Amino acid sequence: MKAIALAVLWGLTFAAAYAAEPGRTPLPAIAIEKPGQCVEPKDVMRRDHMKLLQHQRDKTLHQGIRTKKHSLNECIACHADRKTGTVLGKDGFCQSCHEYAAVKLDCWDCHQPKPGQKTASGAKP
Amino acid sequence: MSENNSRRGFLATSAAALAGLTLAPGIRLVEIATAKPDNEPVTAKVRWGMLIDTTRCQSGCTECVAACGKENGLSEVKKPRTDAQWIRKIDLKELKTGRALSLPMMCQHCANPPCVDVCPTGASFKRADGIVLVDRHICIGCRYCMMACPYKARSFVHEPHTDQNPEVPRGQGCVEGCTLCVHRVDRGGTPACVEACAAAGHNAMLFGDLNDPESAIAKRVREVKTTQVRADLKLDLGVRYEGI
Repeated sequence: MKAIALAVLWGLTFAAAYAAEPGRTPLPAIAIEKPGQCVEPKDVMRRDHMKLLQHQRDKTLHQGIRTKKHSLNECIACHADRKTGTVLGKDGFCQSCHEYAAVKLDCWDCHQPKPGQKTASGAKP
Repeated sequence: MSENNSRRGFLATSAAALAGLTLAPGIRLVEIATAKPDNEPVTAKVRWGMLIDTTRCQSGCTECVAACGKENGLSEVKKPRTDAQWIRKIDLKELKTGRALSLPMMCQHCANPPCVDVCPTGASFKRADGIVLVDRHICIGCRYCMMACPYKARSFVHEPHTDQNPEVPRGQGCVEGCTLCVHRVDRGGTPACVEACAAAGHNAMLFGDLNDPESAIAKRVREVKTTQVRADLKLDLGVRYEGI
């Protein structure tokens, strides 16, 4: 019994050391295209961005509140890759991290991942 | 709270007083004042509506349909049988007399919308200001609302899309219909079809607040006989027609 416990402990220690070693763990490519102040502190955004977006989407759709602070289009305006012009793609701000965390992104089934106006009234980006 | 209310009341009265002012001939302050602040929810004080004058609508003209497609990203028609259609032109002819007329048909933005009654998930809803919308985040694509709508105003999106207007998200697997260009209306604008009709010189479409007695549309519906299509269903439509 003691031997098994020791083996498990050893295994855990090894796994922890393996994960902590730099360069051997793949990390998401998070490139901030426009460095500056985000709408909330970084730790809040990392943990709760989906809650902020969901709250804002309901207010926008059902109540017509179109403030810019937590709007998805404003996220895209700042975080879209300068080269590809989108938040998707291998190094895209949204996709790279979501692939790393294995969390499916279905925003882009309907939403436009590229910034800019493409309306009859506005000019193209 | 009561202090807040009275302050609001004061603001409303002063806004109403300002609204009467004329800045220059043809430009009244009320048109600037109607744009709702971005951070305030829509209220039932406003009832958005549209009046379509069929005597001015030209047969063969599809400016409104084209403008809708461009504004909402519906432009490319590859499969006419299943492509989404938010507004369509209809030509009518009375067989006995030969009297012909043409009109655009779209979501009538009912006050008692059957699409909302039948929706099993609550995705189909009516905003406080009378605009009937689909919440695509909740829509499961069952198409009950399409069957319930007496005006055939809704479409199901069969194909994946990638060229959406950033302000008009839309995608495969949901039902959608005319939004009265809600993204423009919330910023004090008018629907794209109305703008296009005016730009083409027909001026057959009039958009405005039915609840505001001073608005052009409220004055017009007070003065002339207007018709709700299938008024027998008692749905209290936001879109009215003149000359049918």
